[in-house]
Amino acid sequence: MEWINAIVQGILVGGLYALFAAGLSLIFGVMRLVNIAHGDFIVLAAYIGWGVVQMLGLHPLAALIIVVPAMAAIGYSLQRLILNRTLGADLLPPLLVTFGLSVILQNGLLQVFTADSRKLNAGLLETASFTVPPGISIGTLPLLMFATAIAVIAALQYIFYRTGAGRAFRAVSDDREIAQLMGLDNGHVNAMAMALCLAVVGIAGVFLAIRANFDPSFGPSRLIYGFEAVIIGGLGSLWGTLAGGILLGVSQGLGAEINPGWQQLAGHIAFLIVLAVRPRGLFPRIEG
Amino acid sequence: MSDPILIIDKLEAFYGDFQALHGVALQLREGELLSLIGSNGAGKSTLLKSICGLVTTKPGRIRWRGEDISGQPANAIVKRGIALVPEGRRLFPSLSVEENLVLGGRVARPGPWNLEAIYDLFPILSEKRDAPSTSLSGGQQQMVSIGRALMSNPDLLLLDELSLGLAPVVIKDIYQMLPRIIGNGMSAILVEQDVSRALGVAQHFICLQEGRVSLEGNPKAYTREQISAAYFGTGAAADG
Repeated sequence: MEWINAIVQGILVGGLYALFAAGLSLIFGVMRLVNIAHGDFIVLAAYIGWGVVQMLGLHPLAALIIVVPAMAAIGYSLQRLILNRTLGADLLPPLLVTFGLSVILQNGLLQVFTADSRKLNAGLLETASFTVPPGISIGTLPLLMFATAIAVIAALQYIFYRTGAGRAFRAVSDDREIAQLMGLDNGHVNAMAMALCLAVVGIAGVFLAIRANFDPSFGPSRLIYGFEAVIIGGLGSLWGTLAGGILLGVSQGLGAEINPGWQQLAGHIAFLIVLAVRPRGLFPRIEG
Repeated sequence: MSDPILIIDKLEAFYGDFQALHGVALQLREGELLSLIGSNGAGKSTLLKSICGLVTTKPGRIRWRGEDISGQPANAIVKRGIALVPEGRRLFPSLSVEENLVLGGRVARPGPWNLEAIYDLFPILSEKRDAPSTSLSGGQQQMVSIGRALMSNPDLLLLDELSLGLAPVVIKDIYQMLPRIIGNGMSAILVEQDVSRALGVAQHFICLQEGRVSLEGNPKAYTREQISAAYFGTGAAADG
């Protein structure tokens, strides 16, 4: 029973990892940009959420109404003002610039918020749970996170494959030169993709802050989880990203069940096994 | 005779240190079809890319309907009514046939072309509208590429190497459609490797050689030898 419980909890936390990863996957798909600062933006969103809750006294989930648009605006400006200038045939400049951003964000947050760890208090939601018949207890908050992850990925999938904005994303991803001939401004399209990415990061950051303590140094490990979920799922596949998050969460849960010290290790090992056996991930995008 | 709608003068274009165009000049009138011929690397595609903004040029060199468009980004130029059918078709592989066309119609200037009109012109595309663009034959892909450019209702259509990699029978079909494609007073510049085909459809031609205009005029005014000399740069016709 304990094992089944570990698997169920692993699946649910996998939803959070999928939220970490969805934005990374989207950005890589549209502009071949690997954002090293992605994890630090999750932490930034957590701090913005914390600030909003402190100032306005809102429930953390209500703070999403402010955090998500704020993160989207940050994403749009970041892409337009900085990252668009680094894009080109060479993958290295954006990598270096986002690495620098990661350092700046961590130290900036440290200056402003100190190294004290914070947490968002969601009240009763944090402890609420219900028991499914054979003794498996499911927390309301993890379930909510998982449902949100599914909703976010379904929404991204819809935007990407069913809307004009999604057509623009795919066209720019396919052929930047010809996309301009369709009247598309690549800089703007990239910035819209980054806005969408950081909007998802806003949701992930607030959930992260409700779920556990966080401090300014928290970003890089979130980035690793996000990366691992993307790679396990297969680059460019959004539903694959969810599967990757779940596999990562379940591996960590089972690892912790064997020995509490093995939680993270088990996740990384699962990632390495997938990488060795299926280097393109479980659900690689079919290339035309 | 009406005034030219496109006036190019002293056009230069560079790829890094390499100069692809050396002071090219041309004029195009409303409804005119101009053929651009020349051997590989003569600068034909570069000239088309300069006009539609994919290759940046110095200001003042390209005037479109009285306005200087040189140096403007490609996404602004298409809104002014210049569309390119690129060499090698360049469809968006992750988009379906219809999505490719719809994206072409993102800049929808007023005019006769819309999805129905394209499907009417190329009925086969209507059957394949939901197919991935990569699943089509070369000729069908060329139809999508032409349709995608027409969807913006351009006043000037730039056609780059329509026949590249296509079977002769398919090329013949596409050229038979040409009067329907560029009817309605649309102007066009046609780049073509196949010189006799290019000269057969045009009222006016320009021969480029190493980035310079080596011969121009009415195709009927020159002998095959004169054109061939300008093309290969072997005879007296080359003035460089």
